[in-house]
Amino acid sequence: MLELRKDIFADERDDNLKEIGKGTQRQDMLGHVTGTSSYFNDHKLQGMLHLKVVRSTHSHARIRRIDTADAERSAGVRRIIRGADVPRNLNTLLSLINFGKDDEPSLAVDKVRYKGEPILAIVADSEREAFEAIAKVRIDYEPLPAVFDVEDALKAGAPVVNDTYPKNAFIYHDVYDHQKLRFGDADAALATADHVLEQRYQMSPIEHAPTETNGSIAAPDTNGRYVVYTSTQALFFSVDTCAKILDVPSNTFHFIGGTVGGGFGGKVDTLTEPLCILGAMLTGRPVRYVFGREEEMQYGPPRGAERIYIKDGVMRDGRVVARKVRAYFDSGAYTRLSSYAAVKCAAHLPGPYTIPNVYGDVYCVFTNRTPATAMRGFGVTAMDFAIECQMDKLANLVGMDPMEFRILNAYRDGDMKAHRREAKNTALVECVQVAAEKAKWPIRDEFKRASSRKDGGGNRAAIPRTPADTLARTTAPAQQRTTYDRLPTAALREPPREPPPSAPPPPQPPRPASPAHGAGRFSSVFGTRRR
Amino acid sequence: MTVTVKTFTSSSEAAAALSSDRNARYLGGGTLVMRALNEGDISLSTVVRANDQALTRIDSSGPRITLGAGVTFARILGERDLAFLHAPARSIGGPAVRNMGTVGGNLFAPNPYGDFTVALLALDATVALQGGFGSRDIPIEEFLQSRDRQAGTLVLSVSCTRPTSAEAFRYRKIARIKPKGGSVITLAAHLPISGGRIAGARIALGSMAPTQIRARAAERALEGRALDAATAAAAASAAAEGTSPSDNALGSAWYRREIVGVHLRRLLLGQE
Amino acid sequence: MAKTALQFRHNGSDVAIFVDGGTNLLVALRELIGDMTPKFGCGQGGCGTCSVLIDGELHLSCLTLAETVAGRSVETLDSLKQGPNLHPLQRAFAENFAAQCGYCTPGMLMAAKALLDRNPSPSHAEVVEAISGNICRCTGYEPIINAILAASGGRASA
Repeated sequence: MLELRKDIFADERDDNLKEIGKGTQRQDMLGHVTGTSSYFNDHKLQGMLHLKVVRSTHSHARIRRIDTADAERSAGVRRIIRGADVPRNLNTLLSLINFGKDDEPSLAVDKVRYKGEPILAIVADSEREAFEAIAKVRIDYEPLPAVFDVEDALKAGAPVVNDTYPKNAFIYHDVYDHQKLRFGDADAALATADHVLEQRYQMSPIEHAPTETNGSIAAPDTNGRYVVYTSTQALFFSVDTCAKILDVPSNTFHFIGGTVGGGFGGKVDTLTEPLCILGAMLTGRPVRYVFGREEEMQYGPPRGAERIYIKDGVMRDGRVVARKVRAYFDSGAYTRLSSYAAVKCAAHLPGPYTIPNVYGDVYCVFTNRTPATAMRGFGVTAMDFAIECQMDKLANLVGMDPMEFRILNAYRDGDMKAHRREAKNTALVECVQVAAEKAKWPIRDEFKRASSRKDGGGNRAAIPRTPADTLARTTAPAQQRTTYDRLPTAALREPPREPPPSAPPPPQPPRPASPAHGAGRFSSVFGTRRR
Repeated sequence: MTVTVKTFTSSSEAAAALSSDRNARYLGGGTLVMRALNEGDISLSTVVRANDQALTRIDSSGPRITLGAGVTFARILGERDLAFLHAPARSIGGPAVRNMGTVGGNLFAPNPYGDFTVALLALDATVALQGGFGSRDIPIEEFLQSRDRQAGTLVLSVSCTRPTSAEAFRYRKIARIKPKGGSVITLAAHLPISGGRIAGARIALGSMAPTQIRARAAERALEGRALDAATAAAAASAAAEGTSPSDNALGSAWYRREIVGVHLRRLLLGQE
Repeated sequence: MAKTALQFRHNGSDVAIFVDGGTNLLVALRELIGDMTPKFGCGQGGCGTCSVLIDGELHLSCLTLAETVAGRSVETLDSLKQGPNLHPLQRAFAENFAAQCGYCTPGMLMAAKALLDRNPSPSHAEVVEAISGNICRCTGYEPIINAILAASGGRASA
C-alpha cells in the first residue's frame, strides 16, 4: 500500500489534500464491473466487412510478383488492397514531430524486411472468407540475406535492412549515427581506477500481450467523414498518422477510443487504423481489422531487444569514478519509436549515481526483426537492469555491501548530472535506506544517516573538462568474468590491477553560472528544438 | 468452402463421416478444433460431432478403468474412484478448460499441451478406435507414434489398469506459471513394486519430443531394482536419452534436456 | 452460406438465432444477440476473458461451437446485476479496485461466480485456482483475489 514517509520528506506534500493519498474509485469502474465499458470491438455495424492482411513469410526478400487472381475470385472477397492503393505508403510515427525520416510502408511493395510484414490487405464478408482468400494469394519472393544481430548489422558489408538508413543505424540531426554522452574524461579515470570491470548485458524483446488485441473498426459516416473505433493508446497521434498516410485532412476522421483493453506501449503504433479506414473508403462499408492472438504475439511490436556494454572504474573505497557505456537498441526493420528510446537511454546515463566521468554511445539499429516500440519505461528499463547488475558486481569487487555501495554513489541534490542538469529532488539514498529497513537488511549507521539533501553540490556540481572525441572507432570489448559468473574450468580470473599510488581527483573547473552550459547540443531531443 | 457441422447420434456414423473427408475434424471439447477455426485454419472445413452417450461413459468400478473419449477433466476430478488421475487432470488449464477439454482430445493435443496423455502413456493405456474399417484397440504408444495418420479415425475410449497403490503412480508437470501454465516438461512414472523391486517400470515424458514418449533408458535403469537414491540417480542420468525436445516460448530444447533428469530424480524420490 | 437455427436461454430469456457453420458462442453472443459483455482475447483458451456459464458450468465461449448450446442455459456478465443493483461480486470488485483496463473483468467475474455458486466460502488457494484460467495483464491479481474473498464474506488479506 501507498506510504508517504513524512519523516524523510516532511515538506514534500500538504497533509490537507482531499484526493491525493486517498482511495478513489476509478470513474470507469462501474462500466468495467457491469461489462458496459465500450471497447473498440463492442460495435456491431450493419454490413460490416472483415480485413485480414497477407504477411511476409520471409525475414528479408525482394517481392518479384504478387498474384491475386485466384484470391480476387474467392468467395466473399470485396477488395484486395495493395501498397499502390495506399495514398502515402511511407511513414514514420515520429514524423508528426519532425523526428526521423519516413521509412515504413503500410503495405510492402518491392521488399519485405521482417517476417510477418503486411503485403496485401483482403477485405471480405467474413473472417473465414478472408482467410480462404489469403491462402490463394501467390507471392514470388527472392530471399535476401538477413541480419538479426545489432552488432552484425553495424559491420561493414552487412545486409541493408531499411533503405532509408543504409548503414542500419538511425541518423540523428542528419549527421550522427548514435546518441553521444560525454562528461569528463572516462578513459583517463579508467586508467587510474583501482579496479575496472567490463560486462556485456543482453535483453530479449518483450511482448506486451494485452488481453485485447490491436484492432479497429472504420465506417463511412453520413457527412463524408469516417468514424473509427480504435484500440489505440494514443488517439490524437493515431488520427494524425492516419491523416498523413491516407492524405486527407485529419478532420476527415471521428476517432472514438480511450477505453483500451491493456496497452502498455503496444498500442501506440497505429497498426490497424490506416488500412481499416482505407478498406472502408474503398468499399463504402464498415470494415473491421482486428489482430488474432498469434498475430498480436508474433507481429505486434515488442519492447525491443538491447545489448549493453558497461565498463566501470571503481576505487577501493567504493567510489565509482568512471562509467563507459555502449548500448544498441534493436529497432527491428523500421524506426517506430526506438530512435526516441535511444535518446531516453542516453539521457538516463549513468543511472541515479554521481559519477564524475561518463561516456555513452547509444545506437538505434535496424535488423530484420519485428519492429520494436514503446513499453513502460522503454529506453531505461534494460539499461537499469544492466546498471544495477553492474553495481552489485562492483560492490562485490571492492568488498562492500551492495546497499551501502549504492548510498555511497547515489546522486544528491545539487550534483551535476552527466547530461548537464542539476540534480533536484533526488531520493535514491532514502529509497535504499527504506528498502534495507523493509528487507531487514543491516546497513551501518553512517549510511543510515546519509541524506539526499546533504553533501551534494559543491565540487560535485561542477562540469568537468571534457575532451573532444578522437575519430577512432571503439572496438568490441571482451566479456570480463566476475565472482558472480561461474568460473570456466580452465580460465582464471584476471588479477586485480595494481592500484595507482594515489588517485588524483578529477579536474574541477569552477561551476558555470548557468547549468545549461553545453546543454543545447546534448539535451535537444528532436534536433530542431532548443531549450 | 465454408465450415459445415455434421452432428450424428452414433459414434460409428461420426467415424464414417470423419474417415470419408480429409478436411473433417472431430469436435471433442472444442479446445483444439475451435481454436484452429479461430486462428483461420482453412484446412478444416467439416466439423463432426456425435451425441453418443457411450462417449461420455466412465467405468471405474473394477481394476481396469475405461474413460469415454468425451469425458472431461472436470468429471474425472469428480470421481473418487479415479483419484490416481486427479493430479494430471488438475494440471490442465483453468476450471473452464477442464469443464471442456476431454480425454480423447488430449491424445491429439500438441506440445506444450497433452499432459493427461503423459499419465495415460505411463499407465500403458489402450486406445479404442473406430475407423471406416470398424473398431479396434491399440496400445497408446503405438497410437501416439502414428498420431499424424489418425485424423480420419475416431477415438471411442481409453482404458488402463488401476495402479496397485497411490505410491506406484506419480505425476508432475513443470510450468513457469503457478498454479497454471503450459508444460515446460511433464513427467509420469508407473512403478509397480514386486518383492521390494520395481517390476514393469514405465516413465513417460511430455514436451520432450513431438509427441509424448517413454523414457526407455530410464525405465531400464529402474527395472528390477529397489527405488533408492542410487537407482533414482541412474534413472535421472538416463532420462534425456532418446528424447528430441524443441525450443518454444516456454523453454529451449537445451533447457528441457538439462532439467528432465533433475525432475525425474525428484519425482522418484518424492521430493518437491 | 447455409445457416443453422439455434435456440437457447440467454441470461434467463429464450433467444433464437441463425448461425453460420463453425460459429463460436462468443461471436453468436456478441454479433447475433448483441451481448457485448464477453470479450475476445485469444480465441485459444489462454486468457479466459470470454468465460460464460453454460448450465451453471464455467466455459470458454470462444471455444464453444455455438450450436452445442441448443436448449441449454447461457449466462454472461450481463446477467449478474440484480435489477438496478450490483451483484455482491460486482460491488466487491468495484470497492477493491479489482479492475484496471477492465478487459479481463467479465471473465474474472464469471469465474468467480462459478466458484461461489458451488463453494460460498472459498479459501485463498481455492480463489487462486478458480481464476487460474483467467489472465489479467494489468497484473491486478491480488485486488481481484481480495474482491472475491470479500464478496464471499471471507477476509481479504492486506
